[in-house]
Amino acid sequence: MIAGGAVFPHRHLTGIEGLEPHEIAFLLDEAEHWVEANRQHDRGQDRDWARLAGLTQINAFFENSTRTLLSFEIAGKRLGADVVNMHAAQSSVKKGETLIDTAQTLNAMRADILVIRHMSSGAVKLIADKVDCAVLNAGDGRHEHPTQALLDALTIRRRRGRIEGQRVVICGDLLHSRVARSNILALTALAAEVRVCAPSTLMPPAVERMGVTRFTDFDAALEGADVVMMLRLQNERMDGGYVPSPREFRLRYGLTPERLKRAKADALVMHPGPMNRGIEIDSAVADGPQSAITEQVAMGVAVRMACLDVLTRRARGVEGWA
Amino acid sequence: MSQAQNIAFTNARLVLADRVEPGALLVRDGVIAGVGAVDVPADADRFDCGGKLLAPGIVDFGVFSVDREACRRGGIVRVALMPDQRPVLDDPGVVQRAALVGRPDLWIHPIAAATRGLMGQDLAEMAFCVEAGARAVGTGRRWIADSGVMAKLFAYAGDLGLTVVTHAEDDGLTHGAVATDGETATRLGLPSAPAVAEALAVARDLQLAEASGARLHLRQVTTAAALDLVRAAKRRGVAVTCGITPAHLHLSDIAVSDFRTFAHLSPPLRDDADRRACLAAIADGTIDILSSGHDPHGPEEKRLPFADSSAGMAGAETLLPLALMLVRDGHCSLDRLFQLLAVNPARALGLDTGRLAVGLPADLLLFDDRAPVRIAGDAFASAGNTPFDGLPVEGKALRLWKGGRAL
Repeated sequence: MIAGGAVFPHRHLTGIEGLEPHEIAFLLDEAEHWVEANRQHDRGQDRDWARLAGLTQINAFFENSTRTLLSFEIAGKRLGADVVNMHAAQSSVKKGETLIDTAQTLNAMRADILVIRHMSSGAVKLIADKVDCAVLNAGDGRHEHPTQALLDALTIRRRRGRIEGQRVVICGDLLHSRVARSNILALTALAAEVRVCAPSTLMPPAVERMGVTRFTDFDAALEGADVVMMLRLQNERMDGGYVPSPREFRLRYGLTPERLKRAKADALVMHPGPMNRGIEIDSAVADGPQSAITEQVAMGVAVRMACLDVLTRRARGVEGWA
Repeated sequence: MSQAQNIAFTNARLVLADRVEPGALLVRDGVIAGVGAVDVPADADRFDCGGKLLAPGIVDFGVFSVDREACRRGGIVRVALMPDQRPVLDDPGVVQRAALVGRPDLWIHPIAAATRGLMGQDLAEMAFCVEAGARAVGTGRRWIADSGVMAKLFAYAGDLGLTVVTHAEDDGLTHGAVATDGETATRLGLPSAPAVAEALAVARDLQLAEASGARLHLRQVTTAAALDLVRAAKRRGVAVTCGITPAHLHLSDIAVSDFRTFAHLSPPLRDDADRRACLAAIADGTIDILSSGHDPHGPEEKRLPFADSSAGMAGAETLLPLALMLVRDGHCSLDRLFQLLAVNPARALGLDTGRLAVGLPADLLLFDDRAPVRIAGDAFASAGNTPFDGLPVEGKALRLWKGGRAL
């Protein structure tokens, strides 16, 4: 067995970029443990749960979020951490304090782990460079959302048995999506065949350089797919700015039961949420037997528990990590 | 002012307009009185150049900040100051103050705002600003989207014989963008715009300049497509010149990897094919002016998430060594380099200077083109926002004279 610190030598998790395939797999393996544990009824009885007891976890969310914040809060609390949430609305960010000043303030409060979401790409890395504790990226601008990619990979691995060789179609607003970027990085690193599909107005430039195949025709992209991952399209981008109308987007890119038939019969349907039902995904599909959407949410808690645990091992002096 | 004084610069390698040759240079009362093989008067002060290069002082076309110390270190004796100041250079009083603030060491030639407040709508009082010392008019950092305004601007500036200095990026494409479309921008999740935004803007400005007959200077042209347009226009006889900064010659968009805000520039860094096209345009003469684009920004404007940071780099200190890389790499000769750094920018400003020729002001730069230097942003006179931080380069300004007076 590899000594702990060597298997995941990173202080922070700012993105999937920079992680080796075996490091991604290690995080997924760690998360598996919590998936099982979360299902047991005697949660908290086992001393193993309170790994983060006495540690302070600050969730600093400079951009509104309900689901991700909740997921990180539950993950931290299940591990016994003292979890504090800082919302941008309550913070001094609005008073003109710079991000660096905020980072230094948080640092001075001696948090053990900072979970950060910010609306600007690169903001989390900027903070990570300025603080002493571990930093976990909960989404920065259009850049990365690594725990989302990890939970998606875990969902695929559990449901399909493996990730290597799986044909994964990612469809929707890729241009503005950090979820898409992190997923492309994680899935290509784990040797999946990734297809991206969007109207050209919502396709990131030169995206094929990230090792994916681009499609504008959703039907063609779906042929033989093992996994169909839909992305959320924000309302304000559907009114002529990037696509003419929600109904025209649905016409070309909506995942309907008929369209899903082009994928493999047992293809997995995924969505990071929140969904626009009846636009990018029909309820019959979202709630159907092939959907893994609620499972993704469950995996999210397990993956975040694993990340919080792994990133604090060095500070906790866990044997082999100190 | 001192009395009549002769200075003889001996044992120099003179950077002349079309060649570099050993020789001496005689200065009388701040004016060049002899170049090459000169008879040194008995009463002249002698300055032994030690075999180093003696060139015209650099004329830096298009700086955003008056930074005397950075210019002195960089061998710059004159700057064309961009109108994007606080307050904007659209008023004769403001222009006049800007024109005088650097003297006697640094002569500032203001580029007045072509439109009031640089808002791109109403023509500014160009003739008054010229009387106050402006040498050109410009659109500043911004592109003027309204072609109707732009046509009037060219027509009016043409009447006054003024060069119009434009920033060429079609804002419909570049609005909100901080990078050029490509793999780097996509990986980093940065809002980006296609490189063609530049060619679109250049095409329009060239057409309007040609139709009006006014002189156009495109301050920065950084893409192959736009350079092709400029090349073709010059062949047609359009009165156009264009410039560039060392960043776009030596760096591609890969430099913004890791969210390095010091490489956040306007226009943004391009892909490597465009960068190589810029080098080719230096070699074939399409690019006329090499300038620093000096735009110091402190940490409060640069230590931010990339898209929130201010664009621009501090460049005055490093213009000479980064320019000399072009000579070292065989893209141009030393005399051609000083056409880019002094002769052409002086001409674009309508100034009879920038050359080592009898009768011109003795603005002189003595430099060592082989002195090894490591670029160190934290040692800069003002802010150290250079994407070249830590780079080992060759070339150092040794001494600088403005009108024969040592600085």
